[in-house]
Formats: sequence, C-alpha cells, structure tokens
Amino acid sequence: MQTYFEKELSDLKEKLLTMASHAETAVKNAIEALINRDYDLACRVREQDAILDRFEVEVDEAAIHLLAKAPLASDLRLITVAMKISQNLERVGDEASKISNRARDLAEETPLKLALEIPKMATLALQMLKGALDAFVNHDPDAARTLIPRDKEVDALNKQVYRELASHMVQNPDTVTRCLHLMVVAKSLERIADHATNIAEEVVYLYEAEDIRHTGKGITKS
Amino acid sequence: MAERILTPTAESPPQTRLAADELAAGSPALIQVSDLSLFYGLNQALRNISMDIEEKVVTAFIGPSGCGKSTLLRCFNRMNDLIDGVRIHGAVRIAGQEINSPEVDVIELRKRVGMVFQKSNPFPKSIYDNVAYGLRLQGASRKSELENAIEQSLRRAALWEEVKDRLHTSGLGLSGGQQQRLCIARAIAIKPDIILMDEPASALDPLATARIEELILELKKEFTIVIVTHNMQQAARISDFTAFFYLGQLVEFGATSKIFTNPTNKQTEDYVTGRFG
Repeated sequence: MQTYFEKELSDLKEKLLTMASHAETAVKNAIEALINRDYDLACRVREQDAILDRFEVEVDEAAIHLLAKAPLASDLRLITVAMKISQNLERVGDEASKISNRARDLAEETPLKLALEIPKMATLALQMLKGALDAFVNHDPDAARTLIPRDKEVDALNKQVYRELASHMVQNPDTVTRCLHLMVVAKSLERIADHATNIAEEVVYLYEAEDIRHTGKGITKS
Repeated sequence: MAERILTPTAESPPQTRLAADELAAGSPALIQVSDLSLFYGLNQALRNISMDIEEKVVTAFIGPSGCGKSTLLRCFNRMNDLIDGVRIHGAVRIAGQEINSPEVDVIELRKRVGMVFQKSNPFPKSIYDNVAYGLRLQGASRKSELENAIEQSLRRAALWEEVKDRLHTSGLGLSGGQQQRLCIARAIAIKPDIILMDEPASALDPLATARIEELILELKKEFTIVIVTHNMQQAARISDFTAFFYLGQLVEFGATSKIFTNPTNKQTEDYVTGRFG
C-alpha cells in the first residue's frame, strides 16, 4: 500500500513529467514554426511559455513542502533533483520561446537557404531531452550516461552553423539580420542540449547517488 | 474573527486569538479556547491562550519542554482535574459547550475526547478486552455487537491483521508500536469526536513511528486529532496546523506548511531551525 508520503512523492514526479511533456512540445513546435514559416504557431509557443513558468513554481512549492518533512536517502535525492530538473525544463521553455521569436521574424522575411544543419541539431537536442526524461522515468542511469557525450555533437553543429552564417554575412551584408536570427536559433538548440545534459546528470545522481557534474564522467562508470 | 485579549506581561508581545486563517471563515471551530490561563499552585503554566481548533484536521502542538503544550492538551478532556492545586481561568468550548462548567459530566466528556499517551498503557488484559473495555462501560454486552466493534476498531488502528489470531492473548505481549496502536484502537472504539495524543510515537522505532503517522493521517478522516510532539518533522509530516508554545504562551499558530517554511515570529523561526536559546 502506498503511504501518504509516497503518494505526495509520486504526485511530484507526475507534475514534473507533465512539465517535461510541455517543454518537449514547446521545442517541437518552435522548430516546426521555424521550418514551416508558421507565424501563428510561433506566437502560440511564446504564449504557452507561461505554463512552464507556472510548473516551475509549483514543482518548487511541492518540493519545499516535502523537504520540510525531512525525507532521507533516495527520497531526499528525488526531491532535490526534481527542483533542478524543473529549473532546466523552464529554461528549455525559454529557449523554445527564443526560437519562436526568431521564427516569427523570419517568417516575414525572404527565406534563406542557409544553416541547413538546424533541423538536424533540433532532432539531436530533442532526442537528448526525451532520452534524459525517459531515463528518469525508467530508473535508467546507464541510458542517462550514454546521452551526455552527444552534447558534443550538438556543440560541433552549432559551431559549424556559426562559421557558415558568419562568412555568409561578410559576403552578403543584406542578410545580416536573417543570419543573426538563425545564429540565435542554433545557439538556443545548443543550450537545450546543455539542459538535457544537466537533466541526464541529475538522473545519474538520483539513481546512483554519484555526482558526475564537471567530472568528465559521461559514458563510463567510475 | 480576531479578538484582542490580555497581554500577559509588559515585555511579551500582545496576543491575539490565533486561528488558522484558511478555515477561519467557515463554521465555528470544534475546540474554542478563550483567554485560558492555568496555574499549578503559584506557577502559571498557561498564559491567556486563545485559539480555535478545527474539526477533522490534525493540529500539532510544538515547543520546548515546559512550554505548556501538554498542559493545554490535558485541558481538553479535563485531565488536569486530577492534579491538586490546579486553577483554571478562561474558557474551553467543545462544540460550543464550556467543558469546565459544573454541569458537565467529566466521564461523558472523556468519552467524546479520547487520549493516547507517550507510554503505551494497555490494561493487563487480553487484546480483545482492552478494546472491549470502554464499549462494555457504555453498556454493550451482546457478543456479536462487541466482536464487530472490536474488529472495526482494530482495523481502523491498522492492527487487525497482526492480532486477529491472538485476540485473547495479553495486550502486554505486543511490541511497543503494536501496544500504542492497541491504545489507539481502544480510544476509537467508543467513537470519540476528538483524539488527544501526547507524544504518541516518541518511544517507538522509526518503522513503528511511520505506522503511527500513517494511522493518524487515516484517522483524521473521521476524528479531530490534536497531537503534542517534540519531533518537528513529524509535525510537518502529519499535521495540517501547528501551534508553537513558549513559556506558557501561544506564540504562533497557523498552517503547518507556513510554520515550517516561513514562520511569522522570530521565536518560532529560532525554534524550528534548532537555534533556540
């Protein structure tokens, strides 16, 4: 039988997962708005960011309420990790908003056949985000560890897009504004992958009680 | 709702009727304490306490030893009557009735306001007879009626599964945690409105404590529970409202989540963070 405290813990988890699903949707929609030049969808992503902001506050409130009850061991880790994951998800929402802002502006300009790696970056960043959250749900720290090195792939793509856009701007000054929009989009996707990495690290801490942040320990166990 | 009452000393802050804000707008509180002072001889143990305790919630009393929390708890079923030299001023109303008035039958009062103590105190009788005791005093004699009530009480006290095969063995043969749940079963058998608990888990191991805490959360659906505890995390886990007492005064009373995350009073903050004194 589930105790009252366990029920509260599973409510916290459920709230976090609902928040995660909103964050994933926000990123998907922002990218879709960019690729399809969908002004209205871009506006909707921005409006819906408030939902994630509210979730962050609610998760923190629930976590503080639970911390006052002096949880220990895995319960303690779950609650502190929930607070950190919710903060990362809220930031993911902010990045989705930034992408949708640029998508909205780009939708009103002549299209540029540049930064063709952006959809690939988006797919990678979303896979990382989804993978980190699946690892959380499935109690799978190994899966979380394998995600972490993929952040480098997204970083590399971001640098590639940056170089491509920078040289294009030099040669075509009339495209500077549009190129800058695309740079921001790429940077935001790179940040989303960073947040996914942070979440994956928290998942490892949650299930293995090992803090692997800033240690370079990704795929290998110590 | 707020009503100013006497300031106990010139140095201390003025006290107001402290009620749980969220519930204050509803029907009158089940227990209403008004300007209550209690003296053991010359020693004043409670100073002008005013508070409203709501129905079917868990209210925790916290505070350092000697702050008056157990004394106040014992006022609710007049257990202090048993102590020589006790004087009480002010009022305690339960469901609107002043319980210290001469026409109140104390035995009847204690049927409505049951109590569970720190040290479990089963009678030196069988498990069955422990729970049957109060029911028999109330006149229950039919075997089937008693058996049914005993099973229900033991089930509600989350003890039935552990003792159903040995109901006629001594209650003293149970573990500490089981004895405490037996005392709770005995208390709820006579269907009180209120259960007072004076540190009911302080002598128990963490597992037995957890079972008592779960039980309290289950029982509040049917009963109003007031619990004295030294364990602040326990208060945070099980209570809806918390009252902090110090030197016989009610310092702060409010929603438990507020008391433990953002108390209004500096003394409360110092106490719950362990910086007191």
